[in-house]
Amino acid sequence: MTDRVKTVEDAAKPSAIGATMRGVPASESDLALVAQLRARVPKAFSDLIDRYHGPLVRLALVFVPSRAVAEEVVQETWVAVLDGLDRFEGRSTLKTWIFRILTNRAKTRGIRENRTIPFSAFADQDGDHEPAVENARFQASGMWGVPPRRWEDATPEKLLMIQEAMQHLEVAVAALPPNQRAVVTLRDIDGLESDEVCNVLEISETNQRVLLHRARSKLRASLEEYVERK
Amino acid sequence: MLTCQQLTELVTEYLEGRMSLWRRAQFQMHLGMCKHCRAYLHQMRTTIRTLGSLPQEQMSADIKAELLKRFRSMAPPERK
Repeated sequence: MTDRVKTVEDAAKPSAIGATMRGVPASESDLALVAQLRARVPKAFSDLIDRYHGPLVRLALVFVPSRAVAEEVVQETWVAVLDGLDRFEGRSTLKTWIFRILTNRAKTRGIRENRTIPFSAFADQDGDHEPAVENARFQASGMWGVPPRRWEDATPEKLLMIQEAMQHLEVAVAALPPNQRAVVTLRDIDGLESDEVCNVLEISETNQRVLLHRARSKLRASLEEYVERK
Repeated sequence: MLTCQQLTELVTEYLEGRMSLWRRAQFQMHLGMCKHCRAYLHQMRTTIRTLGSLPQEQMSADIKAELLKRFRSMAPPERK
């Protein structure tokens, strides 16, 4: 416990809160929310938790080995958010700021838990050629040999109703290389904009797009496999 | 002229709106003529939308209550 309190304090130091963060500054509504938080309006903080808790847990799971540890890191993040709130200067969006605190904490924790991930160079390390669709499905001319079928019945609304399909997708997300998983989680599951993702993960726009492309391509293939099997 | 295989590698660039005008025109021209690639793009969009609807966990009530208690007990910042 002592250890945990100490790390929370560390994370709340201004240096760890990302004084150097660039990118999109906080919007008017962001600043209004910060003003409410500074005025200690409980509903403002409660809404913030409701909005970001789930996405934060998902992101933490990229870096740490278990749900229990992820939950702990997220709780520490909320405490660090409270401790740093009055120093938030609006140089980034509030969301980016919170996700950055989480990322820093989760990475540190991941290292401590011996889960070494090649995040230092978040660059694409999966080899230069990882095709979006396996080569075997194309003819030599580059035209489809085994073309995809239109998913008439498999709409997102219908897939959502099938627990098995959702689980299949969750497993596929968890199986992605960490850098691809982090990007697709933030972009497509948590709904961050690309510049926010670049800021949170400290990667370039191009790198972000390549990782997103690879992740989405694999997840499509995985969903296709599920839909075709049914 | 783009091949189908090339198109599958450009889908994210297309959806992200990061293509040059010329490239975009080529991409859309191919789509107009190729129902398989239209199906592919449709699958990709379905995948993205489904990902966006995956359930998100909520914080347990007792931990939330504890954090809110801490929040309430914090002194408001000093006005500069």
